[in-house]
Amino acid sequence: MRTIWTIASREFRHYFVSPIAYAAAFFLFLVLGILFYVSISFGMQTGQIPPDGRIVMGPMVTLLLLTTPFLTMRLIAEEAGTGTLELLLTAPIRDGELVVGKWLGAMGFVGLLLGVTWIYPIILHRMTTPGIDQGVLLVAYLGVLLMMSAIVATGVLVSGLFRNGLAAGFATLAVILLLWVIGGLASGYGGVNEVIRYLSFGDHLYDSLFQGVLDLGDILYFVSLTVLALFVAARVVESRRWR
Amino acid sequence: MIRTTELTKFYGGHPAIRGLTFEAAPREILGFLGPNGAGKTTTMRILAGFMPPTDGRAEVAGFDVVEESLEVRRRVGYLPETVPLYPDLSVTEYLTYMGSLRRVPQLEGRIEQVLEEVGLIERSESYIGNLSKGLRQRVGLAQALLHQPEVLILDEPTIGLDPAQIIEVRRLIQQLGQERTVLLSTHILSEAQQLCDRVLIINKGRIAAEDTPANLQAQLAGAEQFIVRVRPLEDAVVAAIAGVHGVARALREGEAGEVRVESRPGHDVRGDVARAVVESGADLLELRPASVSLEAIFLQLTREDAPGSEGLA
Repeated sequence: MRTIWTIASREFRHYFVSPIAYAAAFFLFLVLGILFYVSISFGMQTGQIPPDGRIVMGPMVTLLLLTTPFLTMRLIAEEAGTGTLELLLTAPIRDGELVVGKWLGAMGFVGLLLGVTWIYPIILHRMTTPGIDQGVLLVAYLGVLLMMSAIVATGVLVSGLFRNGLAAGFATLAVILLLWVIGGLASGYGGVNEVIRYLSFGDHLYDSLFQGVLDLGDILYFVSLTVLALFVAARVVESRRWR
Repeated sequence: MIRTTELTKFYGGHPAIRGLTFEAAPREILGFLGPNGAGKTTTMRILAGFMPPTDGRAEVAGFDVVEESLEVRRRVGYLPETVPLYPDLSVTEYLTYMGSLRRVPQLEGRIEQVLEEVGLIERSESYIGNLSKGLRQRVGLAQALLHQPEVLILDEPTIGLDPAQIIEVRRLIQQLGQERTVLLSTHILSEAQQLCDRVLIINKGRIAAEDTPANLQAQLAGAEQFIVRVRPLEDAVVAAIAGVHGVARALREGEAGEVRVESRPGHDVRGDVARAVVESGADLLELRPASVSLEAIFLQLTREDAPGSEGLA
């Protein structure tokens, strides 16, 4: 546990000296800020500001999907490229601890970004009467956090497959976008279609958690996706030893 | 402290090491000597717990490197060939990270000790990215020493350093070898000669010779060697020298028109060789004795189908 914490805090702190992390945060907050400004000023003109935090969260989810791969890409790939992975793999730590530590560190940074975006609902709450439904907002944020947990875990897994960070980043993006749109491939009903629809990120987020519905099945979906991705990631790191 | 039996590693279908069996005693400095690609790094990686062997067994400090990998890794300090460092961290931050991963007790004090040992105390707050290659090498060494390992594995520890730094690092390794087992690899022969209690010459994944530097040298003693410099150096001259009674062999060496001549034991052939050179029409510029270095043994052993290599192995 202490080992995981050591690795996680190292990864978390690394984001603050990483230009990629700053660029990603800049991109996220700039676009969110513009969108927020536009929808508020539009609401002022029509005299109606929708009392719903999700006017920001909708686009935020899309933006996070696009930026997270570039936050997770270097986690293992860079260490494999520079040789520092050899140092970690000859230290008395388990491959699983390494992978979970990396995931936790990245989750810390993503959680921080999510926390900062909370400012928009707060502003919105002050501008509207009777304010926004905090319960729905909280559950929606939980949903986004859970989805990010699965995405970051996928990022760790893909990063483990590469020696080049940028390659890992684009591959992660591809995998995430696939999981994002895969629901659209399911036309009609029946076995395969149900499975495809089950795999899709969007269906588990937008239809339930995002609406403020705490659905255990959907929570379980994201949690098990996280666990599965991290388990495979640990095996991938282990397989590096055999290559 | 280290014991391997028939250690073998294949990469795909290509064998990197084949049937390596050797031992290293406590407080011994064992040198791995061999050309690039001989299998030195592969062997060290297996012993450091980085990867498992394809076949054979290896034990470090009494623990099996595959079955009890974590125990082995706790007891080994490892410096890979490309020193693995995080350039965004300061020396102290880096050692703190490595030390907490290894759960070194009283870490702060221990870091100070190690920095003192490797002579980095004034640079403890410098960012690793700003350090010279020599200093980075020392940071790598500090990392390997941090948890006071029983076994120290150093892969080409002096490569890429300037002469002054090489001398410093060698002195440090000698010091370290007084308290623990050190396994170091090098392709610099004088380094092995100077540092190691015992040398293992490996070539193409096999052990070609194993002995103390002094004994290896003694095996080639008895036969006397000297260098002849002639002008012009033609094949006919070399042949003339080789034809002198008592000469075991004559080989061209370097590009300065030199021939290395080895005499059979008990023959002083220098006069005859000088006469043979002059009679073949060339000028004799120099004739000097050549000491038999580890280098000669090494070259002889690693040359394809080297004659006499069986005698040494």
